[in-house]
Amino acid sequence: MPSIQCFGRYLPERVVTNAELAGTLGRDAEWIRQSSGIEERRVAGPDQTVVDLAVAAARDCLGRSSVSGVGVVIVASGSSERRFPGPAAEVAHALGFAGIFALDLPHASTGGLFGIALAAELAPVHGPVLIVAAEKIFQPAPAAAPEVAILFGDGAGACLIIPDNAGLRILDAALHSDGSNSESLYMDLTGPITMNGLAVIRNAGRRLPAVIQELLTKHAIAPGEVTAFLTHQANQNLIDRVARALNVPSGRFYSNIHRYGNTSSASILIAASEWGESATLQSGDIVCFAAFGAGFHWGALLTRQT
Amino acid sequence: MTRQEKIAEIVKRVSKKPAPPDPEESLFDSGYLDSFALTDMVTELEQEFGLTIPDADLSPRRFESIARIEQYVDSHAEPL
Repeated sequence: MPSIQCFGRYLPERVVTNAELAGTLGRDAEWIRQSSGIEERRVAGPDQTVVDLAVAAARDCLGRSSVSGVGVVIVASGSSERRFPGPAAEVAHALGFAGIFALDLPHASTGGLFGIALAAELAPVHGPVLIVAAEKIFQPAPAAAPEVAILFGDGAGACLIIPDNAGLRILDAALHSDGSNSESLYMDLTGPITMNGLAVIRNAGRRLPAVIQELLTKHAIAPGEVTAFLTHQANQNLIDRVARALNVPSGRFYSNIHRYGNTSSASILIAASEWGESATLQSGDIVCFAAFGAGFHWGALLTRQT
Repeated sequence: MTRQEKIAEIVKRVSKKPAPPDPEESLFDSGYLDSFALTDMVTELEQEFGLTIPDADLSPRRFESIARIEQYVDSHAEPL
Protein backbone atom coordinates (compact mmCIF):
# COMPACT_ATOMS: atom_id res chain seq x y z
CA MET A 1 0.00 0.00 0.00
CA PRO A 2 1.58 3.34 -1.03
CA SER A 3 2.42 5.85 1.67
CA ILE A 4 3.34 9.50 2.03
CA GLN A 5 6.94 9.59 3.21
CA CYS A 6 7.55 13.32 3.55
CA PHE A 7 6.65 16.82 2.43
CA GLY A 8 8.60 19.93 1.45
CA ARG A 9 7.94 23.57 0.66
CA TYR A 10 9.33 26.80 -0.66
CA LEU A 11 7.99 30.27 0.02
CA PRO A 12 9.47 33.36 -1.64
CA GLU A 13 11.13 35.79 0.74
CA ARG A 14 9.10 38.90 -0.04
CA VAL A 15 6.18 39.41 2.35
CA VAL A 16 3.22 41.57 1.33
CA THR A 17 1.14 42.52 4.34
CA ASN A 18 -2.51 43.52 4.35
CA ALA A 19 -1.43 47.05 5.19
CA GLU A 20 0.71 47.22 2.04
CA LEU A 21 -2.04 45.69 -0.07
CA ALA A 22 -4.75 47.90 1.41
CA GLY A 23 -3.05 50.97 0.01
CA THR A 24 -3.37 49.68 -3.55
CA LEU A 25 -6.89 48.35 -3.17
CA GLY A 26 -8.63 51.16 -1.36
CA ARG A 27 -9.72 48.61 1.26
CA ASP A 28 -9.06 48.42 4.96
CA ALA A 29 -6.38 45.95 6.15
CA GLU A 30 -8.70 44.69 8.87
CA TRP A 31 -11.45 44.07 6.28
CA ILE A 32 -9.01 41.82 4.40
CA ARG A 33 -8.26 39.84 7.55
CA GLN A 34 -11.89 39.49 8.58
CA SER A 35 -13.12 38.42 5.17
CA SER A 36 -10.36 35.89 4.51
CA GLY A 37 -8.27 35.20 7.61
CA ILE A 38 -5.22 36.32 5.63
CA GLU A 39 -2.72 38.69 7.23
CA GLU A 40 0.12 38.47 4.72
CA ARG A 41 1.21 36.54 1.66
CA ARG A 42 4.48 35.84 -0.18
CA VAL A 43 5.30 37.18 -3.63
CA ALA A 44 7.95 35.75 -5.94
CA GLY A 45 10.55 37.94 -7.57
CA PRO A 46 10.00 39.06 -11.15
CA ASP A 47 12.66 36.66 -12.41
CA GLN A 48 11.42 33.66 -10.46
CA THR A 49 9.35 31.18 -12.47
CA VAL A 50 6.94 28.43 -11.53
CA VAL A 51 9.77 26.00 -12.32
CA ASP A 52 12.10 27.82 -9.91
CA LEU A 53 9.54 27.61 -7.10
CA ALA A 54 8.79 23.96 -7.87
CA VAL A 55 12.46 22.94 -7.89
CA ALA A 56 13.11 24.63 -4.54
CA ALA A 57 10.17 22.85 -2.90
CA ALA A 58 11.13 19.55 -4.51
CA ARG A 59 14.70 19.81 -3.21
CA ASP A 60 13.40 20.51 0.29
CA CYS A 61 11.19 17.42 0.08
CA LEU A 62 13.88 15.14 -1.35
CA GLY A 63 16.29 16.36 1.32
CA ARG A 64 13.93 14.95 3.95
CA SER A 65 13.43 11.63 2.15
CA SER A 66 15.30 8.34 2.24
CA VAL A 67 15.03 7.58 -1.47
CA SER A 68 17.88 7.92 -3.93
CA GLY A 69 15.69 8.44 -6.98
CA VAL A 70 12.11 8.63 -8.16
CA GLY A 71 10.15 6.95 -10.93
CA VAL A 72 7.73 9.76 -11.70
CA VAL A 73 7.61 13.52 -11.21
CA ILE A 74 4.16 15.14 -11.22
CA VAL A 75 4.01 18.94 -11.28
CA ALA A 76 0.69 20.63 -10.59
CA SER A 77 0.22 24.29 -11.43
CA GLY A 78 -2.57 26.58 -12.52
CA SER A 79 -0.20 29.44 -13.23
CA SER A 80 2.64 28.10 -15.38
CA GLU A 81 3.94 30.69 -17.79
CA ARG A 82 3.55 28.70 -21.01
CA ARG A 83 0.62 27.08 -22.78
CA PHE A 84 3.05 24.22 -23.44
CA PRO A 85 5.25 22.56 -22.39
CA GLY A 86 4.14 22.48 -18.78
CA PRO A 87 6.80 22.71 -16.08
CA ALA A 88 7.09 18.98 -15.25
CA ALA A 89 9.84 18.00 -17.70
CA GLU A 90 11.92 21.06 -16.83
CA VAL A 91 11.52 20.43 -13.10
CA ALA A 92 12.54 16.78 -13.51
CA HIS A 93 15.57 17.86 -15.54
CA ALA A 94 16.62 20.45 -12.95
CA LEU A 95 16.41 17.79 -10.25
CA GLY A 96 18.67 15.46 -12.20
CA PHE A 97 15.84 13.12 -13.22
CA ALA A 98 16.02 13.76 -16.95
CA GLY A 99 14.54 10.91 -18.95
CA ILE A 100 12.01 9.78 -16.38
CA PHE A 101 8.21 9.96 -16.65
CA ALA A 102 7.23 13.58 -15.91
CA LEU A 103 3.58 14.57 -15.88
CA ASP A 104 1.89 17.97 -15.79
CA LEU A 105 -1.31 18.38 -13.83
CA PRO A 106 -2.80 21.78 -14.71
CA HIS A 107 -5.18 21.88 -11.76
CA ALA A 108 -5.28 25.07 -9.75
CA SER A 109 -6.43 24.63 -6.14
CA THR A 110 -6.81 20.84 -6.24
CA GLY A 111 -3.58 19.92 -8.04
CA GLY A 112 -1.72 18.94 -4.88
CA LEU A 113 -4.49 16.64 -3.69
CA PHE A 114 -5.22 15.09 -7.08
CA GLY A 115 -1.48 14.61 -7.53
CA ILE A 116 -1.21 12.55 -4.33
CA ALA A 117 -4.19 10.42 -5.36
CA LEU A 118 -2.69 9.85 -8.80
CA ALA A 119 0.72 9.08 -7.32
CA ALA A 120 -0.81 6.40 -5.10
CA GLU A 121 -1.88 4.58 -8.29
CA LEU A 122 1.46 5.08 -10.05
CA ALA A 123 3.89 4.26 -7.22
CA PRO A 124 3.33 0.47 -7.15
CA VAL A 125 4.25 0.34 -10.86
CA HIS A 126 6.87 3.09 -11.24
CA GLY A 127 8.41 3.38 -7.78
CA PRO A 128 8.60 6.59 -5.70
CA VAL A 129 6.57 9.48 -7.09
CA LEU A 130 7.46 13.10 -6.41
CA ILE A 131 4.52 15.51 -6.52
CA VAL A 132 5.24 19.20 -6.70
CA ALA A 133 2.63 21.96 -6.77
CA ALA A 134 3.92 25.43 -7.59
CA GLU A 135 2.09 28.67 -8.16
CA LYS A 136 3.10 32.18 -9.11
CA ILE A 137 -0.42 33.39 -8.68
CA PHE A 138 -0.34 36.61 -6.65
CA GLN A 139 -2.94 38.86 -8.29
CA PRO A 140 -1.94 42.51 -8.29
CA ALA A 141 -4.52 45.28 -8.45
CA PRO A 142 -5.91 47.03 -10.38
CA ALA A 143 -5.94 44.22 -12.96
CA ALA A 144 -7.49 41.90 -10.40
CA ALA A 145 -10.66 42.78 -8.50
CA PRO A 146 -10.03 43.61 -4.81
CA GLU A 147 -11.89 40.44 -3.72
CA VAL A 148 -9.38 38.43 -5.76
CA ALA A 149 -6.25 40.49 -5.09
CA ILE A 150 -6.50 39.98 -1.32
CA LEU A 151 -6.53 36.19 -1.54
CA PHE A 152 -3.63 34.86 -3.54
CA GLY A 153 0.05 34.38 -2.84
CA ASP A 154 3.00 32.59 -4.40
CA GLY A 155 4.62 29.40 -3.16
CA ALA A 156 5.31 25.74 -3.76
CA GLY A 157 4.86 22.49 -1.90
CA ALA A 158 6.06 18.95 -2.52
CA CYS A 159 5.32 15.43 -1.38
CA LEU A 160 6.97 12.05 -1.88
CA ILE A 161 4.84 8.91 -2.31
CA ILE A 162 6.58 5.60 -1.85
CA PRO A 163 5.18 2.17 -2.77
CA ASP A 164 5.94 0.82 0.70
CA ASN A 165 3.72 0.63 3.75
CA ALA A 166 5.66 3.14 5.84
CA GLY A 167 4.58 6.60 6.94
CA LEU A 168 1.11 7.93 6.19
CA ARG A 169 -0.46 4.97 4.38
CA ILE A 170 -2.90 6.07 1.70
CA LEU A 171 -6.17 4.24 2.30
CA ASP A 172 -8.47 5.73 -0.31
CA ALA A 173 -9.44 8.84 -2.24
CA ALA A 174 -12.70 10.31 -3.53
CA LEU A 175 -12.26 12.72 -6.44
CA HIS A 176 -14.99 14.62 -8.29
CA SER A 177 -15.31 17.16 -11.11
CA ASP A 178 -18.22 19.22 -12.46
CA GLY A 179 -17.50 21.36 -15.50
CA SER A 180 -20.85 23.13 -15.36
CA ASN A 181 -19.24 25.62 -12.96
CA SER A 182 -16.07 26.30 -14.95
CA GLU A 183 -16.98 29.97 -15.48
CA SER A 184 -17.21 30.59 -11.73
CA LEU A 185 -13.44 30.54 -11.26
CA TYR A 186 -10.91 30.74 -14.06
CA MET A 187 -7.75 32.43 -15.28
CA ASP A 188 -6.93 32.99 -18.94
CA LEU A 189 -3.27 32.85 -19.96
CA THR A 190 -2.98 36.58 -19.59
CA GLY A 191 -4.87 36.69 -16.28
CA PRO A 192 -6.15 37.98 -13.94
CA ILE A 193 -8.25 35.46 -12.06
CA THR A 194 -11.99 35.92 -12.53
CA MET A 195 -14.08 34.63 -9.66
CA ASN A 196 -17.74 34.51 -8.71
CA GLY A 197 -16.88 34.35 -5.05
CA LEU A 198 -20.40 33.58 -3.90
CA ALA A 199 -20.71 30.61 -6.26
CA VAL A 200 -17.33 29.32 -5.10
CA ILE A 201 -18.24 29.71 -1.44
CA ARG A 202 -21.63 28.08 -1.89
CA ASN A 203 -20.24 25.08 -3.77
CA ALA A 204 -17.14 24.65 -1.63
CA GLY A 205 -19.19 25.00 1.55
CA ARG A 206 -21.42 22.13 0.44
CA ARG A 207 -19.08 19.85 -1.46
CA LEU A 208 -16.03 19.80 0.83
CA PRO A 209 -17.83 18.45 3.91
CA ALA A 210 -19.83 16.12 1.67
CA VAL A 211 -16.79 14.52 0.05
CA ILE A 212 -15.00 14.18 3.39
CA GLN A 213 -18.10 12.56 4.86
CA GLU A 214 -18.42 10.31 1.78
CA LEU A 215 -14.93 8.96 2.32
CA LEU A 216 -15.20 8.62 6.09
CA THR A 217 -18.56 6.85 5.85
CA LYS A 218 -17.12 4.38 3.34
CA HIS A 219 -14.45 3.47 5.89
CA ALA A 220 -16.75 3.60 8.94
CA ILE A 221 -14.79 6.47 10.48
CA ALA A 222 -16.52 9.31 12.33
CA PRO A 223 -15.23 12.87 11.70
CA GLY A 224 -14.34 13.11 15.38
CA GLU A 225 -11.97 10.16 15.02
CA VAL A 226 -9.78 12.03 12.52
CA THR A 227 -6.60 13.32 14.14
CA ALA A 228 -5.97 16.09 11.63
CA PHE A 229 -7.56 17.58 8.54
CA LEU A 230 -5.20 19.09 5.95
CA THR A 231 -7.13 21.10 3.39
CA HIS A 232 -6.60 23.54 0.56
CA GLN A 233 -6.01 26.90 2.22
CA ALA A 234 -8.57 29.00 0.37
CA ASN A 235 -10.18 31.13 3.07
CA GLN A 236 -10.16 30.74 6.85
CA ASN A 237 -13.91 31.34 7.00
CA LEU A 238 -14.42 28.42 4.61
CA ILE A 239 -12.17 26.15 6.66
CA ASP A 240 -14.14 27.04 9.80
CA ARG A 241 -17.39 26.43 7.96
CA VAL A 242 -16.30 22.94 6.87
CA ALA A 243 -15.25 22.14 10.44
CA ARG A 244 -18.67 23.22 11.73
CA ALA A 245 -20.46 21.18 9.08
CA LEU A 246 -18.57 18.08 10.23
CA ASN A 247 -19.04 18.99 13.90
CA VAL A 248 -15.28 18.93 14.42
CA PRO A 249 -13.32 21.57 16.36
CA SER A 250 -11.65 24.06 14.01
CA GLY A 251 -8.34 23.26 15.68
CA ARG A 252 -8.31 19.85 13.98
CA PHE A 253 -8.03 21.69 10.66
CA TYR A 254 -4.43 22.82 10.27
CA SER A 255 -4.25 26.36 8.95
CA ASN A 256 -1.44 28.64 7.85
CA ILE A 257 -3.48 30.82 5.51
CA HIS A 258 -2.89 33.86 7.71
CA ARG A 259 0.79 33.83 6.66
CA TYR A 260 0.68 32.71 3.04
CA GLY A 261 -2.80 33.44 1.68
CA ASN A 262 -4.24 31.11 -0.94
CA THR A 263 -1.35 29.53 -2.85
CA SER A 264 -3.77 27.49 -4.97
CA SER A 265 -2.57 23.97 -5.75
CA ALA A 266 0.50 24.41 -3.54
CA SER A 267 -1.40 25.31 -0.39
CA ILE A 268 -2.31 21.82 0.80
CA LEU A 269 1.30 20.63 0.44
CA ILE A 270 2.75 23.74 2.09
CA ALA A 271 0.29 23.28 4.97
CA ALA A 272 1.09 19.57 5.23
CA SER A 273 4.80 20.33 5.23
CA GLU A 274 4.52 22.77 8.13
CA TRP A 275 2.04 20.57 9.99
CA GLY A 276 4.34 17.56 9.61
CA GLU A 277 7.18 19.30 11.43
CA SER A 278 5.20 19.54 14.66
CA ALA A 279 2.75 16.64 14.38
CA THR A 280 3.27 13.73 16.77
CA LEU A 281 1.25 10.92 15.23
CA GLN A 282 0.63 7.59 16.87
CA SER A 283 0.24 4.39 14.90
CA GLY A 284 -3.32 4.18 13.62
CA ASP A 285 -3.97 7.93 13.64
CA ILE A 286 -6.15 9.09 10.76
CA VAL A 287 -5.24 12.15 8.67
CA CYS A 288 -7.69 13.43 6.06
CA PHE A 289 -6.76 15.68 3.12
CA ALA A 290 -9.36 17.66 1.16
CA ALA A 291 -9.50 20.34 -1.52
CA PHE A 292 -11.95 22.22 -3.69
CA GLY A 293 -11.28 24.58 -6.55
CA ALA A 294 -11.52 25.75 -10.12
CA GLY A 295 -13.20 23.34 -12.49
CA PHE A 296 -14.96 22.70 -10.21
CA HIS A 297 -12.79 19.85 -8.97
CA TRP A 298 -12.94 18.60 -5.40
CA GLY A 299 -11.92 15.58 -3.41
CA ALA A 300 -10.66 14.01 -0.23
CA LEU A 301 -7.96 11.52 0.60
CA LEU A 302 -7.70 9.34 3.66
CA THR A 303 -4.46 8.21 5.29
CA ARG A 304 -3.53 6.25 8.37
CA GLN A 305 -0.22 6.40 10.24
CA THR A 306 1.54 3.02 10.08
CA MET B 1 -46.85 36.51 7.27
CA THR B 2 -46.04 38.50 4.11
CA ARG B 3 -43.17 37.60 1.82
CA GLN B 4 -41.21 40.58 3.07
CA GLU B 5 -41.73 39.51 6.68
CA LYS B 6 -40.58 35.98 5.86
CA ILE B 7 -37.45 37.38 4.19
CA ALA B 8 -36.76 39.60 7.21
CA GLU B 9 -37.03 36.54 9.45
CA ILE B 10 -34.51 34.68 7.28
CA VAL B 11 -32.13 37.66 7.40
CA LYS B 12 -32.43 37.80 11.19
CA ARG B 13 -31.81 34.07 11.50
CA VAL B 14 -28.81 34.02 9.17
CA SER B 15 -27.22 37.21 10.51
CA LYS B 16 -27.96 36.25 14.13
CA LYS B 17 -29.00 39.86 14.77
CA PRO B 18 -32.17 40.62 16.68
CA ALA B 19 -33.68 43.62 14.95
CA PRO B 20 -34.97 43.42 11.38
CA PRO B 21 -33.22 45.90 9.10
CA ASP B 22 -35.01 48.60 7.19
CA PRO B 23 -36.22 47.05 3.90
CA GLU B 24 -34.18 49.50 1.87
CA GLU B 25 -31.03 49.30 4.01
CA SER B 26 -27.94 47.64 2.55
CA LEU B 27 -27.52 44.31 4.31
CA PHE B 28 -23.79 44.40 3.59
CA ASP B 29 -23.06 47.98 4.67
CA SER B 30 -25.06 47.48 7.85
CA GLY B 31 -23.19 44.28 8.70
CA TYR B 32 -26.15 41.90 8.41
CA LEU B 33 -24.56 39.85 5.65
CA ASP B 34 -21.13 38.89 4.38
CA SER B 35 -20.36 36.50 1.52
CA PHE B 36 -20.69 33.43 3.71
CA ALA B 37 -23.95 34.53 5.38
CA LEU B 38 -25.36 35.42 1.97
CA THR B 39 -24.90 31.86 0.71
CA ASP B 40 -26.68 30.60 3.86
CA MET B 41 -29.50 33.05 3.21
CA VAL B 42 -29.83 31.92 -0.41
CA THR B 43 -30.21 28.32 0.77
CA GLU B 44 -32.97 29.39 3.16
CA LEU B 45 -34.70 31.42 0.45
CA GLU B 46 -34.69 28.35 -1.79
CA GLN B 47 -36.28 26.25 0.94
CA GLU B 48 -38.81 28.86 2.06
CA PHE B 49 -40.05 29.86 -1.39
CA GLY B 50 -39.43 26.66 -3.38
CA LEU B 51 -36.82 28.33 -5.59
CA THR B 52 -33.71 27.07 -7.31
CA ILE B 53 -31.31 30.00 -7.37
CA PRO B 54 -28.56 29.35 -9.95
CA ASP B 55 -24.92 30.25 -9.31
CA ALA B 56 -25.14 32.85 -12.08
CA ASP B 57 -27.66 34.79 -9.97
CA LEU B 58 -25.35 34.92 -6.95
CA SER B 59 -24.36 38.56 -7.04
CA PRO B 60 -24.50 40.77 -3.96
CA ARG B 61 -26.40 43.40 -5.93
CA ARG B 62 -29.43 41.10 -6.28
CA PHE B 63 -29.56 40.53 -2.54
CA GLU B 64 -28.47 43.98 -1.41
CA SER B 65 -31.54 44.72 0.74
CA ILE B 66 -34.74 43.06 1.88
CA ALA B 67 -36.61 45.03 -0.78
CA ARG B 68 -34.24 43.77 -3.51
CA ILE B 69 -34.55 40.21 -2.25
CA GLU B 70 -38.34 40.54 -2.33
CA GLN B 71 -38.15 41.72 -5.94
CA TYR B 72 -36.03 38.69 -6.82
CA VAL B 73 -38.36 36.27 -5.05
CA ASP B 74 -41.45 37.90 -6.63
CA SER B 75 -39.98 37.45 -10.09
CA HIS B 76 -38.96 33.82 -9.57
CA ALA B 77 -41.48 32.27 -7.14
CA GLU B 78 -45.05 31.17 -7.80
CA PRO B 79 -47.49 34.09 -7.53
CA LEU B 80 -49.09 34.46 -4.12
